[in-house]
Amino acid sequence: MTASDLFIALPELFILVMACLIMLIDLYLPENRRGMVSFISVLTLLFAGIMVMRWQAVDSSTAQYAFNGTFVRDRMADVLKVFCFIVLGAVFVYAKHYLRVFKLMCGEYYVLSLFLLLGAMVLISAASLLTVYLGLELISLSSYALVALNRDDRRGAEAAMKYFILGSLASGLLLYGMSMLYGVTGSLSLSDIAASVAIAGDNVMLVFALVFVVVGIAFKLGAVPFHMWVPDVYHGAPAAVTMLIGSVPKLAAFAMAIRLLDNGLVPMQGDWMAMLTVLAALSIIVGNLVAIAQTNLKRMLAYSTISHMGFLLLGVLAGTAQGYSAAMFYAITYAIMSTGAFAVLIMLSKSGIEAENLDDYKGLNQRNPLLAALMLMLMFSMAGIPVFVGFFAKWLVIQAILDVGLLWLAVVAVVFSVIGSFYYLRVVKLMYFDEPETTDKVTAPADFRFVLTVNGVAQLLMGIFANALIALCVASF
Amino acid sequence: MSIQVLVFYLFGTILTLSALSVITVRNPVYAALFLVLAFFSSAAIWMLLEVEFLAITLVLVYVGAVMVLFLFVVMMLDVNLSRLREGFARYLPVGILVALVMAGELLLVIWTKGAEKLPLPPGNPEGFSNTTYLGERLYTEYLFPFEIAAVILLVAIVAAITLTHRGRSEGGRYQDPARQVQVTRDERVRIVSMPAVKDKENGA
Amino acid sequence: MDMQMLTTLLWTVAKILMIVVPLILTVAYYTYAERKVIGYMQSRMGPNRVGPWGLLQPFADVFKLLFKEIILPSNANKFLFYLAPVLSLAPAFAAWAVVPFDDWLVLADIDASLLYVLALTSMGVYGVIVAGWASNSKYAFIGALRSAAQIVSYEIAMGFALVGVIIVAGSINLREIVLAQQGGIFDWFWLPLLPLFMVYFISGVAETNRAPFDVAEGESEIVAGFHVEYAGAAFAVFFLAEYANMILISALTALLFAGGWLSPFENVPLLAETFIAQPHAAWFLGKMFFFMFFFLWFRATFPRYRYDQIMRLGWKVFIPITIVWLIVAAVFVLLGWVEQGA
Repeated sequence: MTASDLFIALPELFILVMACLIMLIDLYLPENRRGMVSFISVLTLLFAGIMVMRWQAVDSSTAQYAFNGTFVRDRMADVLKVFCFIVLGAVFVYAKHYLRVFKLMCGEYYVLSLFLLLGAMVLISAASLLTVYLGLELISLSSYALVALNRDDRRGAEAAMKYFILGSLASGLLLYGMSMLYGVTGSLSLSDIAASVAIAGDNVMLVFALVFVVVGIAFKLGAVPFHMWVPDVYHGAPAAVTMLIGSVPKLAAFAMAIRLLDNGLVPMQGDWMAMLTVLAALSIIVGNLVAIAQTNLKRMLAYSTISHMGFLLLGVLAGTAQGYSAAMFYAITYAIMSTGAFAVLIMLSKSGIEAENLDDYKGLNQRNPLLAALMLMLMFSMAGIPVFVGFFAKWLVIQAILDVGLLWLAVVAVVFSVIGSFYYLRVVKLMYFDEPETTDKVTAPADFRFVLTVNGVAQLLMGIFANALIALCVASF
Repeated sequence: MSIQVLVFYLFGTILTLSALSVITVRNPVYAALFLVLAFFSSAAIWMLLEVEFLAITLVLVYVGAVMVLFLFVVMMLDVNLSRLREGFARYLPVGILVALVMAGELLLVIWTKGAEKLPLPPGNPEGFSNTTYLGERLYTEYLFPFEIAAVILLVAIVAAITLTHRGRSEGGRYQDPARQVQVTRDERVRIVSMPAVKDKENGA
Repeated sequence: MDMQMLTTLLWTVAKILMIVVPLILTVAYYTYAERKVIGYMQSRMGPNRVGPWGLLQPFADVFKLLFKEIILPSNANKFLFYLAPVLSLAPAFAAWAVVPFDDWLVLADIDASLLYVLALTSMGVYGVIVAGWASNSKYAFIGALRSAAQIVSYEIAMGFALVGVIIVAGSINLREIVLAQQGGIFDWFWLPLLPLFMVYFISGVAETNRAPFDVAEGESEIVAGFHVEYAGAAFAVFFLAEYANMILISALTALLFAGGWLSPFENVPLLAETFIAQPHAAWFLGKMFFFMFFFLWFRATFPRYRYDQIMRLGWKVFIPITIVWLIVAAVFVLLGWVEQGA
């Protein structure tokens, strides 16, 4: 290890130090000053973002390795990390309001979230099986605890338990696959693995290893048939935590798929393409169909997540630079969209009751026209209606699979995204064409409203100026 | 057959049998104790591989600390075994299937790699310290994963405390040891002066 | 098996006996010393009826215990009930395999002997837990739980204290740790590691469940704790294990912090050439007896700690002290104030 190694991982070190510091600061803050923690956390993200941007990797060809090749910093890592910071910053602002209203205000939310972010960054920058696994575990362990943050809520405890057990099983499977990979190739470094797999050629062991690795990735993304935990966890966790789980970990899971499948197992592209095709098609079909039947917004968004992850996989399975950049674009836009949607849910929530039933959205336009308009933009974007950014995301991944000749898959994706738009539009219909059940005012602090407005309008602006972000993603591969 | 091979088979047999017993015995305390035995036997097998640091650490950490706490919990539980065994027959076919698949994979590993192709590791040179080697590797080559693993443990601590610590409830009675040790004689003992005369008439 | 192997085996067994038999005798007279010392501290005579000055008292006790019946409580778990004393005794004896009495006088000079001792002493708790559970008695069970929590807590502080020794000595081999302390009484590790030395010894007292940390026995509240149901020879084995562990802790303290078999008068100008400055096993034994005396002294002096006080001392006082002093010790070594051995 040299000083330059530390320099390459500077943002990670900064986040780690700040997470520990915030833990200590929180200990000495009086109850009514807890908002400070949120402020410091957002500042931390800001500075970490500056660190990444200031010393960013110039282009995709200049990857910097550190710590004996266990850590890599390349263009994709930098872009994903910056978007992690942006999304998490928004989540922190939203969460502050939520935690206040639900009397859960504690520094641990921020500390665990920052550790989760650290895990995501480690995973995004992983260049060895060890770092992939450790980053993943860091994310998982933090999220298990966060899901059970509201200890007196039985649903939260149940969701955390399910998440923990299924998550440990998935980690075990992934680890089993990794151990086989190590057994065959004799190396932990992803680039070395790619080299020896290319030489090894057909090998039954490698196929088994691949199956386990793909299962691990599918579980973390929440792709069908490894999606069982998603609805329960989304539903049971406090909304601030659901929002978090829907944002940063998805970006990290995308990075994990790229690191393992593209960086590590690219010689077996034919094999994993077939597996991912099945996963993607099933996720899109099941996610969209089941979401229609939901009357609970959190569950509905959970199934919508499943279908979105199916779309994301479309880009990955294309196996081309175009596909990867499309999937990356999808992951980033999805994280921003879902954060916004949950923010609307939080804003509508009253003390102790989350606005999770669809009926809570009836006549929202009459109660708060701005909020209704923002939700409209978010829903349109999720449905993939043109001009909104969600449309371009879907368009790019479908184009990517068309380019590799998977016409039938593209047809399935389009058909089911049309079917899926039904449930997004239902929310819009409830907001604009139904009478409100209450006339309670919907309020939130100024910073909350500001960030939410930016978040909603961004759906439109990012759609109109999509080229900039697309160019950023394309340059990553 | 050299004595090493004999020892290996001895501990291998104990390990396999105790591992089997962990999942078959009815009494959870027995299961925990068999797990201790399994850890101990695997430590002995590691000893044979001349990795004494790992072997001793296995005993120290798992047998000496983790399993003690495990046993601690298991002893206080009143596990209803009959309820645990419900649905055993129903899950049995799936279980057997998974076990067969796993066994098949293990065989594949042995076939593709071939046990005969894997020579015994060469003995360590004179003066080789397994502990030093491990320490050097961990703090140089694997420094980054090692530190991240430490962070994971930290998160585990934070998570456990977040989920269980409820702070001191108001109105509860607590002792303040700092105040207790500062107690002086004058606060507790009062010297009463009495006339030093024996009352002979009522005296015992 | 050829002849050579057989002789090796026999020779090893002989060596084991050469350690174990004196150890048992030491235990016997340690109990005698305990009663005498505490007796004098309390202005009593102590045992003085069996043999001259009561010197045969230990044997009288042993024979009494051996001839008593071992009673199995109803509904006790028979196998574990009998296994527990053995589980308690075996680690206490096995740890002696790596204790060096002199530079050349050690049964097994293994590379990681300090870790080996630590691992084995940490296993002694099983005897206590299993005894408490198998007795089918709530007093025994409460005693076992107390003991388990206490031993696990103090093991952490103890382990950290040993890490300090390892940092300064640069080795995890007991013999090399002693050799790193050469140079006279002020070169022994008790001086640079004074806080760790104290934490280690006090934790050692707690690990052996001795007064003032003997809540696991706590005769005033839970009768005799984990061994309340044991009688006769089974009780004697527990007794033996406890005293063997005390002797072991004393021996380790002598080795790790007080220079083992090295003479305190090394490099003293006038004495350097005389026999008094030479390293010898007698120095080691002398230091060991010195520390053994402390166990008795503590027992006669301090009242028993309350349970929460024990936990507080372990977690909130000892562990922070050891962690801080680890950093200090590392800085000492880095700056060259303490010369690292090996």
